[in-house]
Amino acid sequence: MVDHSVDTSETATKDAGYWSTNIRIIGICLAIWAIVSFGFGIILRPLLSGISVGGADLGFWFAQQGSILVFLALIFFYAWRMNRLDKQYGVDEE
Amino acid sequence: MDQFTLNLLFVGASFALYIGIAIWARAGSTSEFYAAGRGVHPVTNGMATAADWMSAASFISMAGLIAFTGYDNSSFLMGWTGGYVLLALLLAPYLRKFGKFTVSEFIGDRFYSKTARMVAVICLLVASITYVIGQMQGVGIAFGRFLEIDAFWGLLIGACVVFAYAVFGGMKGVTYTQVAQYCVLITAYTIPAVFISLQLTGNPIPALGLFGDHQGSGEPLLAKLNQIVTDLGFAEYTAAHGSTINMVLFTLSLMIGTAGLPHVIMRFFTVPKVSDARWSAGWSLVFIALLYLTAPAVGAMARLNISELMWPNGTDAPAVSVEQIETDPEYAWMATWQKTGLLGWEDKNGDGMIQYYNDANPDLQAKAEANGWAGNELTNFNRDILVLANPEIASLPGWVIGLVAAGGLAAALSTAAGLLLAISSAVSHDLLKGQLTPNMSEKSELMAARISMAAAIVVAVLLGLNPPGFAAQTVALAFGLAAASIFPALMMGIFSTRINNVGAVAGMLAGLVVTLVYIFLHKGWFFIPDTNMFTDADPLLGPIKSTSFGAIGAAVNFAVAYVVSGMTKETPQHIKDLVESVRIPRGAGAAVEGH
Repeated sequence: MVDHSVDTSETATKDAGYWSTNIRIIGICLAIWAIVSFGFGIILRPLLSGISVGGADLGFWFAQQGSILVFLALIFFYAWRMNRLDKQYGVDEE
Repeated sequence: MDQFTLNLLFVGASFALYIGIAIWARAGSTSEFYAAGRGVHPVTNGMATAADWMSAASFISMAGLIAFTGYDNSSFLMGWTGGYVLLALLLAPYLRKFGKFTVSEFIGDRFYSKTARMVAVICLLVASITYVIGQMQGVGIAFGRFLEIDAFWGLLIGACVVFAYAVFGGMKGVTYTQVAQYCVLITAYTIPAVFISLQLTGNPIPALGLFGDHQGSGEPLLAKLNQIVTDLGFAEYTAAHGSTINMVLFTLSLMIGTAGLPHVIMRFFTVPKVSDARWSAGWSLVFIALLYLTAPAVGAMARLNISELMWPNGTDAPAVSVEQIETDPEYAWMATWQKTGLLGWEDKNGDGMIQYYNDANPDLQAKAEANGWAGNELTNFNRDILVLANPEIASLPGWVIGLVAAGGLAAALSTAAGLLLAISSAVSHDLLKGQLTPNMSEKSELMAARISMAAAIVVAVLLGLNPPGFAAQTVALAFGLAAASIFPALMMGIFSTRINNVGAVAGMLAGLVVTLVYIFLHKGWFFIPDTNMFTDADPLLGPIKSTSFGAIGAAVNFAVAYVVSGMTKETPQHIKDLVESVRIPRGAGAAVEGH
């Protein structure tokens, strides 16, 4: 019984490390998610108006295409990073 | 072969394909019916999710909305794709690990409350049914136009087809059918866009052509478009005109709504592993992005084509003549669409020409007076016809027009089928098996699922005949509800152990009610005309339109859930353990039956 409780607390510490790393990765990804769409695409667009992209400005490009491409990159990055993290903490499904 | 036969051929062949797949992949067991036995590869699942997600609104309506508004409608592009980031990071892997069949099952178990499960079922049913009504409306109109029959019969035929493959196929049938539908709809969307991009910019990739140079003038395409629309007195295409706050909230509502729609979330229960759920969201967005990157190009290029057709020799030369519209084959599409009542023109000043300009713009008054114009003479151009009419506007061959017809129907039908599946599982699995008759056999549960699907189709057809409002209003309600009720409950269930049963129920109800009330205040109580107290032109809360309120509803949900949970009894230990286990991928088995 005593041995088991030691095991559980070790697992708990390990799981906490896994979860806090995950939260940090999610936080970074969502910050980028918000910056490209709400930031570059909408709120910060006037600041980017000097950079022109094919007849429009960078903010217009982010609003119509750029943010979609960044969203794609974010999801694939997250999947790749988390699958690595799973293995690192030994919580993957294999 | 005439256009009618060609349309019939394309639509008929695509339907034969869908029904064939549904019969081939008939579901045997409950778990196959809901989740295809979890044997679906992430790429396949992604493609099916893309077809499921992209409805008549994405295929038929979105490019037209962008074409006539320009930058301000970028919200649709960012909102309907950005939601997948939320799904992939915040929900999909954990819900897959949880390993049950439905969204409300998760909410019921996590918040250890049958009331929570019931509230979730109600939110889900209302959101799905309102969404499916919009789809059936689209199905009816598309069938009516292309088969040249009354919209009523179009709706009935569409309902029968949806019924056939959703009821007899279940999820597995739907998954493979939706893969086929995705292929049809993306081909149908891309081919005309490639042709038009080549004509206008010489670039075969429409997404690049949008930022390329216009072949005729050598100027950038968007600069050319800006110049021509401002010459005609319309708002500059690439500039921002609406409220920034409203645009942010509208985009956010669409994003959260995407991540809260049950038929999309359900998709992530059907992949074999947690890691696959993460990839699957990415693959879905790849297939969605293929259309969403093309859509703004379709919109801008169509706007340019239309403006140039109306002013064939430039905006300073005389406009197109009535005679040319009636005789020139390049303008034949105008007569075709005039018959539908969705396009109209009138030679108000009797000069034999049709002047298309913005007569509400005071800057153009002097020019109009000097030239003897008596107002805009292209009196009606329904935005929803743009994508369907686009191949005709660009004088593309007849088979492309037939293909677009099949694509539009694929988009509407696939979404309708996915929604019906979400509705039937909510009724048979959550309502009947989970609450009312827990001892139900697997066979009778499957039967109940099919009966509830049939019932949902009947309801959707009835409401589709006499819709509560325009499709956009119905869709706004569906998104607002999903954003304000389902998403926050799911997210808090995974990321916070502090939220308890009372908090979750209070949060969902608060989000739901506040959003419903705000929508009803602007769109009429229960959508009854003339019962609204405010309009979206002059909303209750500053610039915030009723379509943008879902994000605020979600914030209310979060806040209420936190406050109420803080004041009530702490979450029991076994629930905290459940949350901990959901967060770790290891040990994700096949889904188990709810009790």
